Amino acid sequence: MRNLIFFLYKYYTFILFFSLELFSFIILYQYNNYQRASFLNYTGSVASGFYQTINNTTNYFSLRNINDSLMAENARLRAQMINAYYQSGFAQTSINDTVYKQQYSYISANVVNNSVTKRNNYITIDKGSLAGIKSDMGVIGSNGVVGIVTSVSAHYATIRSALNSNTKISCMLKKNNAFGSLEWNGDDPKFSSLKYVNKHVPITGNDEVVTSNYSTLFPEGIPVGKIYSHTLDAGDNFHLIKVELYTNFAMLKNVYVIRNIFKEEQQSLEGALKSDH
Amino acid sequence: MIIELITYLTRFFLILMFQLLVINNIELSTYINPYIYIVFILTLPVSMKPWKVVLISFFVGMIMDTFSSTPGLHMAASVFMGYIRNFYLKFATSKEDYESNIKPTLSRKGLVWFLVYAVILTFLHHMVLFYLEVYGFTEFFRTLTRILFSTAFSVLLITIGQLLFYRVAKGARNE
Repeated sequence: MRNLIFFLYKYYTFILFFSLELFSFIILYQYNNYQRASFLNYTGSVASGFYQTINNTTNYFSLRNINDSLMAENARLRAQMINAYYQSGFAQTSINDTVYKQQYSYISANVVNNSVTKRNNYITIDKGSLAGIKSDMGVIGSNGVVGIVTSVSAHYATIRSALNSNTKISCMLKKNNAFGSLEWNGDDPKFSSLKYVNKHVPITGNDEVVTSNYSTLFPEGIPVGKIYSHTLDAGDNFHLIKVELYTNFAMLKNVYVIRNIFKEEQQSLEGALKSDH
Repeated sequence: MIIELITYLTRFFLILMFQLLVINNIELSTYINPYIYIVFILTLPVSMKPWKVVLISFFVGMIMDTFSSTPGLHMAASVFMGYIRNFYLKFATSKEDYESNIKPTLSRKGLVWFLVYAVILTFLHHMVLFYLEVYGFTEFFRTLTRILFSTAFSVLLITIGQLLFYRVAKGARNE
């Protein structure tokens, strides 16, 4: 007993170091392996409030850019409105509400904190569970895909950006619907890579990459980027594709969180699904 | 004692603000992610008890984790660095340094001593941090390149900070 006390006394710094290190590794392990967001739920609101305050000030400096991107988006959306089209036929069709049922709704939010140069990047937005956001919802910007919601507090939410080693987004080539998985290799925030596209699929430069209909997070056909370069090594089964992302993550200010109304139905039918597919 | 505590808290607050509001927004490249908040742990007094340094490192890391939504990451790296610091100082400082309770800063120990000290400890801190962030050794050499570049930038910024602030403090405090 006396030896034990002596031992504890002699090595108390090491014991303290060891237990603190162990504690850090345990929460790191839990966070990485099970996507447990509880840590962020406790601490997130403090940090988000801080970033919100800072952002309220710094936002004034980029108002012109924000307005420009919103005006560009407005123009694009106006071009898709029914009154932008000339009616070329005279056949009358009555719109039957039971044919089209809304599947996706969009919640707009502002980015309060963001990073692009780390290996695993996260984005904080200023809407949370009170606005109807839940974890595992898809997030898009005005140009394309942004990421996936990981954790939510009452007024804020954290998004795992597409620039993150844990984010895998199910995508396809727009022209021939060939499937692939969008994964970031940590090199350049302007580019990502499209993996697991079979070697039989013909690929040319500038092909557009969009989200696939396999994903429960994103509607089909949301733009992701275009092919920048592609190679096929002899003996490989998959193309090596570098995708130029449409979303400029460094300038991201406004995003839309996507709520898939039928998601629970699809997932309960398909059984336990991984969150990223 | 109270004044000392307030000085430490103020210094920590300023360093943290600089890290969060300036350094984190520079975003030069994915290979350059400097973390200068560790200068707070580096410049704690030489004779401070090792367990206190480890505990302070833990809280510093925890606050950084809170603001960068990375549970455990900065905690593990800072605690590791705070613990290794004790061994390094035992080996690299004299008995007089211990007795006179100095801070291991550039103005007290000279440029070369401080650079070696900062490079070794910053490298160890960044090594733990970046490999844990990637969570594995699958991208070993790419991560190593990130560590080397980030260490160089962190040490550069820390040294500039030391030159800016400690010269003045030395004359003013008349040590």
